[in-house]
Amino acid sequence: MSDFQTTACQAIDTSALYKRAEADRVSPSLYNDPAIFEAELERIFYKTWVWVAHESELPKPGDFRTTTIGRQPVIVVRDKTGEINVLENRCRHRGATVCEQHKGNARGFTCPYHSWTYGLDGALRALPYGDGYEGIVDKTELPLKSLRVGIYHGLIFASFDQSIEPLEDFLGGAKPWIDLFMKQGAGFPVKANGEHKFKFKGNWKIQLENTTDLYHFPVVHKSWMKTIDDETAAAITSFMTSDKAFCRSLGNGHSLAVLVPEIVDLDEDNGAPIPTRYEALAESLAADYPPDQVRRIVRSLMGVGFNLNLFPNLALSMAFFRVLRPISVEETEIRHVALGMDGGPEEANRARLRVHEHFQGPFGFGSPDDAEAWERVQRGSHAGPDVPILVNRGLNRETTAANGEKTAHATDETGMRAAYAKWREMMEQQ
Amino acid sequence: MDATNALLMQPVFAEAVQFIWREAEILDRKDYRAWLELWSPKGFYVVPIDPLATDFAATLNYAYDDHAMRALRVQRLSSGYSPSVTDAARTVRTVSRFTMSSDSADVVNVRSAQVIVAYKRGVSTLFAADVEHRIDLSDGEPRIVQKVVRLIDSTDALNAIGFLL
Repeated sequence: MSDFQTTACQAIDTSALYKRAEADRVSPSLYNDPAIFEAELERIFYKTWVWVAHESELPKPGDFRTTTIGRQPVIVVRDKTGEINVLENRCRHRGATVCEQHKGNARGFTCPYHSWTYGLDGALRALPYGDGYEGIVDKTELPLKSLRVGIYHGLIFASFDQSIEPLEDFLGGAKPWIDLFMKQGAGFPVKANGEHKFKFKGNWKIQLENTTDLYHFPVVHKSWMKTIDDETAAAITSFMTSDKAFCRSLGNGHSLAVLVPEIVDLDEDNGAPIPTRYEALAESLAADYPPDQVRRIVRSLMGVGFNLNLFPNLALSMAFFRVLRPISVEETEIRHVALGMDGGPEEANRARLRVHEHFQGPFGFGSPDDAEAWERVQRGSHAGPDVPILVNRGLNRETTAANGEKTAHATDETGMRAAYAKWREMMEQQ
Repeated sequence: MDATNALLMQPVFAEAVQFIWREAEILDRKDYRAWLELWSPKGFYVVPIDPLATDFAATLNYAYDDHAMRALRVQRLSSGYSPSVTDAARTVRTVSRFTMSSDSADVVNVRSAQVIVAYKRGVSTLFAADVEHRIDLSDGEPRIVQKVVRLIDSTDALNAIGFLL
């Protein structure tokens, strides 16, 4: 870490963080203090594993996506050997970005300023008029800087910390739930199938909290529920009164909220009839697939019955990936990545797209209401700077297992408490 | 008289433009039930993400509404249950730069530029788009067969909204 970065970190008093992030309440300053935000970039986003892409988005050599980790632009690219590289999107000469497309396929990356050219593995291939660099520059010493890369079930994570713990250790207790989530491919690999992106004027942790906040669902999303059939509405909100639905901390700030316990493991056929709205689809699929496969595909259309929150920026949420990107202390970008079956039946993948469009995105029936609620939290947090944000729901019924995982009812705030405990642990690092 | 004004003198073109302006006024007024009446039951309202998309059913869109989904969208916008709609931005939109083509006697395709200024809580946000209307004129009353709103920033992160484009 450079001296400059170290100086930025020291803008907050880490010894007092316990006062800002207690076990059951947090200070509103966590949403609106610019110094806290700067420290979060340094101590969380530039340190830990951050999700950057899914392998299905980069099927061929040369396929790339650009994104940012915190403020730092990076390129996620598959090279000629098939390896995934995550490279800082910054020419080693004078610092210009070498790629500004969201995604595409390239043979290499050329800086627009002086034409320094890099390979898909980041190696500096060429620089024009090299006589001015003879004896000064060794090209092998000036590649695009690489991040550490870890992949689990096609989920690509990257870290600026080359000595970070292995990704699988970091995911820890979340791994079995990732395995269950990926079963919604119904026998086919899960693929990213388009995405919605939107911004809201609020701190990133407001969104982080939301993924395992099932308490808000019937309130904020009432207008969406009025537009779906009664069968689905009843299934998706049964968690409010079900004692089988639960929220659980999984270690390392990860957490889980199970809202439909009947569809946690999509391999298990509970014998329920095909929902009325998918009867025609099932009949059509039956021409190409055996009955048990048809049932499995239809069972998977709405995804799994849980949301899995992976600290700090990814959630596997029922039928889609939710990715958050902090833009500033009071602005956050959200991506909702739609999922499909790679090589699966096109008509079923289209049905999944329509489910996604119905709720997600800036013009969906659900996301705009989430964004409104989150912006109201951000605005309200400026009132009463000494009045804490409460994350204490369910403390009276939370149990702790031998492995340390805490469980309470699905509507409880166990997941938020787990995220804030990890947040504090990382922020208190020196 | 320039070429555009000359075109406005053509009855079909003028009828289509007046129809699109009426739709724009209805949407700024948020009279969504009146907006539903402008549509052919077979019509599709589409806000694509991919700027080059033409097979909308096969790709993810911001909106891809057949008659049933359009009715549900209007139901939601009129329900009083949606916090983003209850406190939606006020909008003023202009639609211009019309060009028209036709591949049948009763149906016209009108392309236009649409700029919406959405005002909410002290902030005005622009939504600029190329718009394509396909309008059926066969039944006396014009009816929208397809409306495609191609936002110029469709692949970027947008602001969530509680109104219609």
